[in-house]
Amino acid sequence: MRPLLTVEDLRITFPTRQGPSEVVRGVSFTLGRERLGIVGESGSGKSQTGRAILGLTPPPGRATAKVLDFDGIDLRTASAATWRRLRGARMSMVMQDPKFSLNPVMTIGKQLLEALKFGAGETRAEARARALAMLEAVQIRDPERVFRAYPHELSGGMGQRAMIAMMLVTEPDLLIADEPTSALDVTVQVEVLRILDRLVRERGMGLIFISHDLRLVSSFCDRVLVMYAGRVVEELKAADLGKAQHPYTRGLMNCLPKIEGGVRPLPTLERDAAWAR
Amino acid sequence: MSDATTDGGRESALLRLLWKAAKLLATVALTFLGLLVVTFLIGRVVPVDPVLAVIGDRAPKSVYDRVFVELGLDRPLYEQFWIYLHKVFTGDFGESFLTKRPIIDDIARVFPATLELATVAILIGTVLGIPMGVWAAVRQGRLADQVVRVLGLVGYSAPIFWLGLLGLLVFYARLNWVAGPGRIDIAYEYAITPKTGLLLLDSAMQGQWDAFRNVFAHIILPAALLGYFSMAYISRMTRSFMLNELAQEYVTTARVKGVPEWRIIWVHALRNAAVPLVTVVALSYANLLEGSVLTETVFAWPGLGQYITNSLQNADMNAVLGGTLLIGAIFVGLNLLSDLLYTLLDPRVRKQA
Repeated sequence: MRPLLTVEDLRITFPTRQGPSEVVRGVSFTLGRERLGIVGESGSGKSQTGRAILGLTPPPGRATAKVLDFDGIDLRTASAATWRRLRGARMSMVMQDPKFSLNPVMTIGKQLLEALKFGAGETRAEARARALAMLEAVQIRDPERVFRAYPHELSGGMGQRAMIAMMLVTEPDLLIADEPTSALDVTVQVEVLRILDRLVRERGMGLIFISHDLRLVSSFCDRVLVMYAGRVVEELKAADLGKAQHPYTRGLMNCLPKIEGGVRPLPTLERDAAWAR
Repeated sequence: MSDATTDGGRESALLRLLWKAAKLLATVALTFLGLLVVTFLIGRVVPVDPVLAVIGDRAPKSVYDRVFVELGLDRPLYEQFWIYLHKVFTGDFGESFLTKRPIIDDIARVFPATLELATVAILIGTVLGIPMGVWAAVRQGRLADQVVRVLGLVGYSAPIFWLGLLGLLVFYARLNWVAGPGRIDIAYEYAITPKTGLLLLDSAMQGQWDAFRNVFAHIILPAALLGYFSMAYISRMTRSFMLNELAQEYVTTARVKGVPEWRIIWVHALRNAAVPLVTVVALSYANLLEGSVLTETVFAWPGLGQYITNSLQNADMNAVLGGTLLIGAIFVGLNLLSDLLYTLLDPRVRKQA
């Protein structure tokens, strides 16, 4: 079976005063209808990798790749019209913080309908019914109220559910979740993740789950890429996390506190300049 | 049951709105009172003797003393303030020493000229300035951006009287595209019965289209010049507000959803930028309504700026204070208006009411 997404030698550069700085340096992976986790510390290039797949590398940054193929479509040469057909309808992204990623002066309903309006053609009433059904699917108890609400009238967890609804309402083939629960309370995190997990499973879509939380990713994904300084340093089956070879991954694992406790002082990560080469 | 809750919601929303209106009115009343105190005190502090202004400096001491008492200057300050308040609220700002007419009549004559000019100017400035600012923000760092920025810089730094004279020279004297100084040609002056004092409005309402065209030919050059200055300011502010909005995460969200770029710019980002823009436009408008002495002088425009400057030069304090009060009231009024627009545009502000 042909993979949904093929990325080969993805590089992202930003011009700086000291010359171009490469933040993603040759990332390659393929994705089927599975759940792939990308972990790494901030600045490791994981978010930029996600954005580049959607063609949303913020200017003046530039993304290049040997292959960037989504279901037979070459994304490197995609026109603006092709992107508009793809984004929302076939690939979308759940962003980090609903406080900033939802338009503050537009109701949730309007923002949801917008995804449908420019995704698939249908009548207003149909779109509205679908949007409300989607809000229910993310376990919002009073979808009518949330539909009419402005983002600031919702809690963080509610906002993120609305965000998930907005990104899944068009039933895309690929969903990128960029730290979807980092801005939420720990108690809400699990709930939101469970909803996301169920919907992704039910719809059989490909998922790229970007996070800095190694344990979360391994419990949630089939496969994990570990990124460090713009490179993939290790690729693992989530179940085999214990067999990680790379010293960076091992270092991260050692830093996880254990319930039995007693490790004092907590181990820190001894960085090796060779990892970044 | 759900009906009951929505009814309750509506009722409390109405209550909230009323409460907000009451609070706003209280603020306005207080601000206005403060304004009155300031103008009153200015009137007492300036080294212009109001008695001498009435009787001239050759009158005998007995006349001076009589007028001093007539003007109430022998009473305590708070009593004088009370009388001042009373007079202001009955529309009595005293008489102009210069024109020998009630100030209120003078202002009713000069203010419409300024109002008309300022309104046409702010329309030009806003209609051009906002799209230009948006355009510059979208094309940040590129040619369009540079052009808008240079245009804005010229608007900021060129002296208006110079541009005015140049404009008259080119568009009136040489090309004869527009009419010269003044609000209207004498030939048309009596064709219009003054109702609002806004000549464009009066002539249009009375179907005097020839006069309308003449008035328009007169107003367009000074209005375009003043409009250019507010455009410089508005486009610069729009540009920076838009750059700020376009960098927000919700813009990325909209892109991820496949929303077309024009809609992201004109609906998502501009709708958010509109909130601070309201203040910018309102302040520009208030500045224009103060009357621009230089423009009014160059274009022989009988407006508020000229009137106040004239009065000031002739130590006509009643006229100066009346004008100051009017300008202060305009600022208070426009601030109130932009506050109301804020609540209309930003649901987050609405909630706090």
